[in-house]
Amino acid sequence: MKTDDLVAFLSTNLEPVDRKAVVRTLYVAIAAGSIVAFGVAVVGLGFRADLMTARALMFLAIKLAFAIGIVGFALLYLTRLARPGGERKISHGLLVVVPFLVIMALAAISLGSAPQSHWESMIVGDEWLECLLSIPVIAIVPFAVSIWAVRKGAPTNLSRAGAFAGLIAGGVSAMAYALHCMDDSLPFIAVWYGGTIVLCTLAGAALGPRLLRW
Amino acid sequence: MTTLEIELKALMLASLDGNAASYRSLLDQLSRRLRSYYKAKLVTVGKGKVEAEDLVQEAVLAIHLKRHTYDPREPLTPWVHAIARYKLIDFLRRNRVSLTELPIEEVAEVMAHDDNADAESTYDIRRLMQRLPEGMQCSIQAVKLEGLSVAEAARRCGLSESGVKVNIHRGLKALAAFIARETRT
Repeated sequence: MKTDDLVAFLSTNLEPVDRKAVVRTLYVAIAAGSIVAFGVAVVGLGFRADLMTARALMFLAIKLAFAIGIVGFALLYLTRLARPGGERKISHGLLVVVPFLVIMALAAISLGSAPQSHWESMIVGDEWLECLLSIPVIAIVPFAVSIWAVRKGAPTNLSRAGAFAGLIAGGVSAMAYALHCMDDSLPFIAVWYGGTIVLCTLAGAALGPRLLRW
Repeated sequence: MTTLEIELKALMLASLDGNAASYRSLLDQLSRRLRSYYKAKLVTVGKGKVEAEDLVQEAVLAIHLKRHTYDPREPLTPWVHAIARYKLIDFLRRNRVSLTELPIEEVAEVMAHDDNADAESTYDIRRLMQRLPEGMQCSIQAVKLEGLSVAEAARRCGLSESGVKVNIHRGLKALAAFIARETRT
């Protein structure tokens, strides 16, 4: 077939397109993924028993701020990564390290002001294993819908787009898990929340090239 | 910014609003640039103008199917280049050509030269269309090949108007996938 014929074929009865489709699809997907994640966390694990105490609310706010910061920055970059060539402006992607740096700094300050004998309990907490397992499991549905949304676009750097989909899924999952999690120390959040979110990111980077080809 | 970028971006913005004449002119110019780009790339891996034409058409189809991903705040050239390069890498991988010889290039390279010596590609859309389900075939035949309106096509194919649009979009996606499989040499 001649390319001219293809061009004529494609331009016949051309439909206008929705310029906001990429961004809207991603936002809707992340919102839906968040609702499922909160549902799974609340139904599967339940709210923490002391949720309404001042200390619990303060730590819930810290955990949410950390996770929302990650999801927000990552989503901004993912709306670029879902488009051809969107990966070129890496500076927008680097913003996601800010929440990690802040929580690590706060964790270091908190450890520095506590006696060394408390360090182990501050870092390991009571439920490190539950946290380690729950965040990746709750992240599965948010990850699937994020990948679905990115596939509606046209990513050209598939590992990076996968990584950011994983990062968002991990962040959304951490937000949901925070409703249940009783471990209230900054080093715990830095290690177990931060660590599992990084794990989700690495999984996304590994799966991206398979899942996102178009 | 070059005058070509300004001209093509204006055509693209009009195309996104549904202006068929602008779109035809845009795809026509892009396909000539892509032909030159792909010929130059493929010659280094020992492939000729027929494969280059296949790739031009794959890229044009990809541009069409993914035109909603163009961000009007950004220049057009990097967007076209990213699609062109993605399709090139995909083609080389499908044909098991080593990627080590493919150097990183300037974005502008995709627009650098014009080549209107087109060849026949190895496939034909009308033939590939026969493999599509009835609703897609009927919708594409009516709207894209015969130029009927969506409303007329809906009556002929026994579908709703939005059903016709969905069938056209899915049908073109399926055709692009057939072509990618066919052009595995």
